This record gives sequence, structure tokens and C-alpha cells, in this order.
Amino acid sequence: MSSNYVKTFMLWELLKGLKLTGKHLFKRKVTILYPEEKTPKSPRHRGLHALRRYPNGEERCIACKLCEVVCPALAITITSAPREDGTRRTTSYEIDLFKCIYCGFCEESCPVDSIVETNITDFHFENRGEEIFNKQQLLAIGDKYEKEIAKDREEDAKYR
Amino acid sequence: MLEYFTTAWHIAFMIVALIVTVILYTYSERKVIGFMQDRIGPNRVGPIGLLQPVADVLKLLLKEVIRPSHANRYLFLTAPLLSLVPCLAAWAVMPFAPHIAIADINVGLLFLFAMTSLGVYGVILSGWSSNSKYALLGAMRSAAQIVAYEIPMGFALLGVLMASQSMNLTTIVLKQQGGISHWYWLPLLPLLLIYWISAVAETNRSPFDVVEGESEIVAGFHVEYSGIAFAIFFLSEYLNMILVSMLATIMFFGGWLSPFEGVLSIQKFLQWVPNFVWLFAKTGFMMLLFLWFRATFPRYRYDQIMRLGWKIFLPITLLWIVLEAVAIQLHLQPWFAS
Repeated sequence: MSSNYVKTFMLWELLKGLKLTGKHLFKRKVTILYPEEKTPKSPRHRGLHALRRYPNGEERCIACKLCEVVCPALAITITSAPREDGTRRTTSYEIDLFKCIYCGFCEESCPVDSIVETNITDFHFENRGEEIFNKQQLLAIGDKYEKEIAKDREEDAKYR
Repeated sequence: MLEYFTTAWHIAFMIVALIVTVILYTYSERKVIGFMQDRIGPNRVGPIGLLQPVADVLKLLLKEVIRPSHANRYLFLTAPLLSLVPCLAAWAVMPFAPHIAIADINVGLLFLFAMTSLGVYGVILSGWSSNSKYALLGAMRSAAQIVAYEIPMGFALLGVLMASQSMNLTTIVLKQQGGISHWYWLPLLPLLLIYWISAVAETNRSPFDVVEGESEIVAGFHVEYSGIAFAIFFLSEYLNMILVSMLATIMFFGGWLSPFEGVLSIQKFLQWVPNFVWLFAKTGFMMLLFLWFRATFPRYRYDQIMRLGWKIFLPITLLWIVLEAVAIQLHLQPWFAS
């Protein structure tokens, strides 16, 4: 009891606190300067969507609509029709990125690995309506980042 | 006539120097607290973020001063000035070297005490004239807190007064000559601690910042202020912090006296150092303590603040003053020789 009083009047606990913060003053800083530095991403990262193609340029999507069905946020809307060569293809494939919760179910459900979620996280919309990505935009993303997309799937394949 | 011009010139120089110091102080506050929290603080505006405070000031200058429709117009606009003017005026008696002050008066300590107490009027009037419940609550807390802590602070200063037998700040420093152990921090250690804690409470800084307590009363007395009016409150708060830091240096840490006085080998080596460097270095350390406290301690509860002020600090200061009086009567060496 009496030693407690002595400690209180010597501001012991306060000095201990000051010592701790004083130590941290000289510690290595953990800040990551975002646009210049980035934290590493997992190959499973679920970011912006993309539609892939086969190496011969044929689009993968066969309009099975499994992704549309499995989507818990009802963010995917697909219409389909037979193409001239008789195969079933999508006529439109739209994803509402505001509705999307980036759960990755669409990618899981896709039998032909067509719809994927890339590791792109930096994207923005400037006008109302721009958040709905159509088939052309999604295919364009897929064409542009095919290398990274393929590499990420490759890396993750052995764990599936 | 010429004398007035030189005085005016000194005052202008002082104000500019003080404002520059405040600007650097806000920058270092953000940097130091950032570093203590393992962050790196502002680093985007200018090299290593040095222009950040300039950007902040520009932003505040360009913003509109919004006046609440039911506020008392005159008091609302004079309150910031009422808090700024006393803490600028207090700097008039600060000695930077023996007898180098704008006004080297014999009641310097009393003048300082009067000026630091006047600052509370700005806080109270701003809180009341804003016609806002948060501002009023903040002002009430501030009034109670400043009254509570002025008394132990006054008694701590009384201890210095008794030891030095003078209210002239230059004399107080000169009485402490003779090296670190001769400074008043040693014989008046409890008074120093109480002075310093009261100073933190008086300037409404963390951990005694219930006046602004953003978690319960938004920002306290200055919620309704924006733009340059807010900037003036901000400026006076930081001026006050610098003021009490320098005051602590002068009264307890030998002002401009070199800490190596009496240690002949080092003293000779450091002969070239002008004496105001020591004053600024010590003041700088005391200013750092403010930031260090803010990064370390959680905010006191309001009733704890009152208990600390009235029930703990007041008896301790009274007791130590009696002990000090005995020591002075016994001419305890080396502090109370005369």
C-alpha cells in the first residue's frame, strides 16, 4: 500500500509510458507510401472482373449462365443467342460493380474459366452508369491482362 | 521618438519569430507523434513535408469565417483576439540573455502570471458567445480547470520567488548561476513537477484537454469558429505552450545558463556557444515534452482533473513552500546562500 503511494508520487507509471513511446520514436516505421509502394497480393486476390479468351482468340464464355445464377448479389446479367456457326454465345454480358460483392463465386462456377477476378484494385467511375461493365469492356480487360491472369491461375492451381 | 521605433521593430520581429516557431512546432508535433506511433507523419507537401504547415495556414486563411446566426456578433469576433493578445503580450518580459527583453521590468513574474490568466477570458467568451451547447460546455470546463490549476501553478511560482527573492526574470536566472545542481529544479523538484503538470493543464493540452474533448463535446469552445478566427485560437494555444516551456526553463532550468558551468574542461570547449542557444535548446526540450505527453497519455476524466488540482497539488505545494521557507532560514547551501 505504502509503496503504491510512493510509486504514484514518483509518477512511475507515467514514466514507464513515456519510456515506451520514447522507444517507438526511434523504431522503424511501418508506413507503406501507397502509390509508390504496395503490399504484395495473393494470386487469389479478387479484384476487377475480366472475360478471358482462348489462345486462338475465341472467347471462352459459352453462355451457360452459371455465374448469373450463383451470383449472390445478382450483379451479373447475361443474354444469349446462337452465333452464325451454331455455337451458343452471349449477346450481352454485364456486371454491375456496385452490386458486386467480389465473392469470387462467378469464377468458381465457370466451367471454362472465362469470367475471372483479376488482382486489379485501382479503378474508379466518374459518371453514373459507368459502374456497369459490358462484354466488350470485360473482354478488353481480359486481353490486356491475360499474362497476369494466367500466371495467377497457374500459381494457385496446385492448391485447388 | 527613435526609441519607440526600435521597440516597435523589436515587437514586430518577435511576433514574426513566434509565428514561424508556431508553424514549425505544428509540423514537428505531427512528425513526432507520427514517429511515436510508428508512422512517418506528413511527407507530401514540400521536402519531407516541410511545407505542410504553410499549406494548412493558407487553407485557413482562404476559408470563410462563418458566424452562427444567433451568436453574439461582437463578442464572437473579439473572443479570438482576447485569447491571442495576452499570450503575445506575455512575451514582452521574456529575457533571452541578461537584461535582453522588450520590457525588462521588476514585476516580470507577476506580469506573466496576470497575462497567462487573462487568456481564459477568450475561451469563456468564445464559448458563451457562440450560442452552442458544446462550446458553452467546453468554456465551462475550461474556466473551472484554469481556475483550479492556476492556484498550484501560482504557488509553484511563489516557491521560485522565495528562492530568488526577486520577480525580475533576469535576476531569477542569474541567481541560479553555478551549474546544473544550482538550478532550482533540484531544491524545488516537487514544485517543478507541479508547475509543469499545471502548465499542461493550463494550456488545455493532452492529457488535460477535456476542454476540447472531441469524443464528447466535439471541439469544445471553438466548435463554431472557422477560417482565420479558428487559426487565431490555434495560434494562441501554441504560443501559450511555447510560453510556459520557456517560463519553466527560466525558472527551474537556469534560463540561458550553460549546463556545463563549473565543469572547466567542457566549459572552455563550449565558450563560443552564445547563451541564447542554451535557452532555446532547453525550451525546445520542454516543448517536445508536450508532444511526448500527447502521444503517451490518455485523456483524464473531468472529476479526476479537479481532484488532482485541488486535493493533491494544492497541499503538496503548500507543504513544500513551508519546507522551503525553513531551508531559506537555515541558508541551505548552495541554493539559498544569501
